[in-house]
Amino acid sequence: MKIIIVGCGKIGNSIAQQLRDENHDIVVVDNNAHKIDEATSTFDIMGVVGNGTDYGVLVEAGIDEADLLIAVTGQDELNLLCCVLAMQNENCHTIARVREPLYSRQQNIFKEKLGISMIINPEFASAIEMSRLLRFPTAIKVDSFAKGKIELLNFKVKEEYSIQNMQVMDIKNILKCNIMVCAIERSDEIIIASGTTYIRKGDIVYFLAAAKDTQKFFKKIGIRSKQIKNVLIAGGGTISVYLTRKLTEAGLNVHIMEKDKQRCEFLSEFLPNAVIVNGDAADFDQVLSEGLEDVDGFAALTNIDEENVFLALLAKKHSTAKIISKVNRLSIENMADDLEAGSVISPSKTAANYIIQHVRAMNDSLNSNVETLYRLIDGRVEAEEFIIKEKSKVVGVPIMNLKLKPSLLICYITRGDKYIIPFGDSTIEVGDSVIIVTTQKGLDEIDDIIDQ
Amino acid sequence: MNFSMVRYIVGWLMLLCGALMMLPMIVGIIYGEKATIGFLISGLIALAIGFLVRMKKPKNTRIYAKEGLILVSISWIVISLIGSIPFIVTESIKSPVDAIFETVSGFTTTGASILNDVEALPKSILFWRSFTHWIGGMGILVFVLAVFPLTGSNYMSIMKAESPGPKVGKLVPKVQSTAKMLYIMYISLTIIEILLLLITGMPFFDSLCLSFGTAGTGGFGIRNDSIASYKIIHQVIIGIFMILFGVNFNVYFLLWNKKIKEAVKCEELRNYLTVIVVAIIVIFASVHGIYKDAWLALKDIFFTVASIITTTGFATADFDTWPQLAKAILVTIMFIGACAGSTGGGIKVSRCFIMLKTVLKEVHAFLYPNNIEKIRYEGKVVEHNVLRSINVFVMTYISFFIISFLLVSVDNYSFTSNFTAVTSAINNIGPGLEEVGPTCNFSHYSIPAKIVLTIDMLAGRLEIFPILMLFVPRAWKKF
Repeated sequence: MKIIIVGCGKIGNSIAQQLRDENHDIVVVDNNAHKIDEATSTFDIMGVVGNGTDYGVLVEAGIDEADLLIAVTGQDELNLLCCVLAMQNENCHTIARVREPLYSRQQNIFKEKLGISMIINPEFASAIEMSRLLRFPTAIKVDSFAKGKIELLNFKVKEEYSIQNMQVMDIKNILKCNIMVCAIERSDEIIIASGTTYIRKGDIVYFLAAAKDTQKFFKKIGIRSKQIKNVLIAGGGTISVYLTRKLTEAGLNVHIMEKDKQRCEFLSEFLPNAVIVNGDAADFDQVLSEGLEDVDGFAALTNIDEENVFLALLAKKHSTAKIISKVNRLSIENMADDLEAGSVISPSKTAANYIIQHVRAMNDSLNSNVETLYRLIDGRVEAEEFIIKEKSKVVGVPIMNLKLKPSLLICYITRGDKYIIPFGDSTIEVGDSVIIVTTQKGLDEIDDIIDQ
Repeated sequence: MNFSMVRYIVGWLMLLCGALMMLPMIVGIIYGEKATIGFLISGLIALAIGFLVRMKKPKNTRIYAKEGLILVSISWIVISLIGSIPFIVTESIKSPVDAIFETVSGFTTTGASILNDVEALPKSILFWRSFTHWIGGMGILVFVLAVFPLTGSNYMSIMKAESPGPKVGKLVPKVQSTAKMLYIMYISLTIIEILLLLITGMPFFDSLCLSFGTAGTGGFGIRNDSIASYKIIHQVIIGIFMILFGVNFNVYFLLWNKKIKEAVKCEELRNYLTVIVVAIIVIFASVHGIYKDAWLALKDIFFTVASIITTTGFATADFDTWPQLAKAILVTIMFIGACAGSTGGGIKVSRCFIMLKTVLKEVHAFLYPNNIEKIRYEGKVVEHNVLRSINVFVMTYISFFIISFLLVSVDNYSFTSNFTAVTSAINNIGPGLEEVGPTCNFSHYSIPAKIVLTIDMLAGRLEIFPILMLFVPRAWKKF
């Protein structure tokens, strides 16, 4: 693909490098000639010096033939404007980084009215990652479908889980959980699940679920050993706000320690369900007095990378809590990883990863009708989302009457606001978004699921 | 310093060089010449060495600016040595120094010769001489980038080191696609010239060799009088194509993408054409007395100006007999040279004009000390580091020139001869004035002078710094 990246900062460079390695044509645009020089002499990409909101500059960067524009400068408004300008070329998809909480709350409007394909907020994305790490310590999110409403997760079946030796259909019948097991990885084998498949100890189970159903499911099968209730957050920055909101929504008990009095006032006003403590996290005694030894989760989110890493190391020594630290500088992140100070999250890297995933999916679905495509288990399984735009062979027919290809499963149907786990009598209708999981390769159309 | 990667790419280059020698061999077979065997032997030697050198694939494939510079200078020295083997094996040129001079003159697209009688040479050797121009014109490493599947690094440093101009950019985001694109345009233009010459009745062999010489802006002829004895129409075609090959290839890329307006707007192109027109007018005014026919005079002046400014060096007239003003203008445009990003040599039009603007800015600064003024070129502000690199380049160029001039003067030829010999070598032109004029050649210079001129040609083609790098001890250290 031909990709233009506006903004040559941490995120810009990181995505430029990765996407170039995946053999895309990259042009970077930045105001700063020095940054462009550095980027173009490090990576095999082209650079244009200029303002990304100058249409002439975009034309010089080749907007007329570009497939995608990614605006990741430090300014939200500039990024959005850039994307709007890029849409002069109708075939150009756009991704904008928007970090102002106010704007990112309106991201659906930006997406629908302005036609921007993806809005990425690095802080918000990091908060989501952290919240997931804290809430489901055993589950790993793979990806999201239906514009983020449905998640694909996996977990490893341990001895104590009640799901062991159950059949897949029992999840609905006995556990009454609205989730869909789609694939099972058993040692080296891949099983596309059907109702009668048994779940065994040691399996890695991939399932689709709406976010709210996941927690219920985990509770039912007994993944509660490390269920986290109390979380202590050091530092009251933007990520803390997002994270706290996520956690308190899920019913967790959150304490935030922030050294600036005024900021504390603001936090208290903004986050009524959290406890705000005015104190310096760098003073470890204060952190201990706040009950570090008793919490289940600890997040070091101050503005100073080094402080976060120290806090994480100390916390590891004093408690058994799940520990997360935020690190902005990528080089420090690598070092922190080596120290094994819990999970290290860097906002720019998280944002870059989100963008890369989006681009990969876009690239895969460029010449097909696949809306979203993810490769799982080293690419041996594909999860594909189709939007049913018109009447076809599969529309209106109960699924049990469709002769599907082997190793193929219709996992999930989203119809408006409803999430449907399909059974034999379910039908696919026009306007649905359908998720298929399969080991078959190269499905381009929804009709391809039928065995000819 | 990643020497193993440098070695690996040089290995590829030797293989390429060996393979290219098969072309003159085919020419030799067609004309049934003894030299065929010579090319077979030389080709096999190059292939064998190349095969050995690149046998071990390096683990670390990353190269940086330093490797790029070293690689380019080593590569050019290596191909000059390998390229001279056919001359020695076929005994066309006896002395190794002369053979290397001739090869370097070929690859650097200079076109200065030490041969007194080119018509006596076998056709395959003549073909090889012209063909070296063609390869060297666009750049041999650019060719390697375009053809071979090198991966795992950013090879822009190589292209930057080999391509002429103050600021080397890409046409498309990937280096290797850019290299391919450049060669596609280069080959297309060359083919068009060959066809035009054929249609107007030039023998196939002559049109091939002369087109190669024009494309690379080289200047090796295959007759003793260069181009003078060809038909006027051929001279005009070659003249036009010399000017075309002296244009920045970015312009052709714009035309290719149907951005005609932007192509026409190119400031360097306009400056270049202006210099050509002004030079022609002034020389015409000073020369017309010598010629009886004004049209013939115009044709010769057009051809000579085109040949000199693009640093080709073909000749239809002995401009050494022209008045002093005409000669002075010719020597001036020798220094200006062609556009950046073309196949021509010299200081380059864009550098000269940016420097002129710098001078103007300094004058303004004296008059209005509080004024802030930015220098613009091609509608864009020229950044400080580009200005600095241009100034440093020109200073280094002048120093290099003076030192070479002093060394060559040891030979005790006339001042003009020595001066223009170095000018013509460092700017990759070919002929100079007086004893190195269009009707003479470089064979009378002593061996040390020839070596100095050989280094000058390489330094001029690679814009000095890659060659200077070789003399800096730190460049050779691993750390």
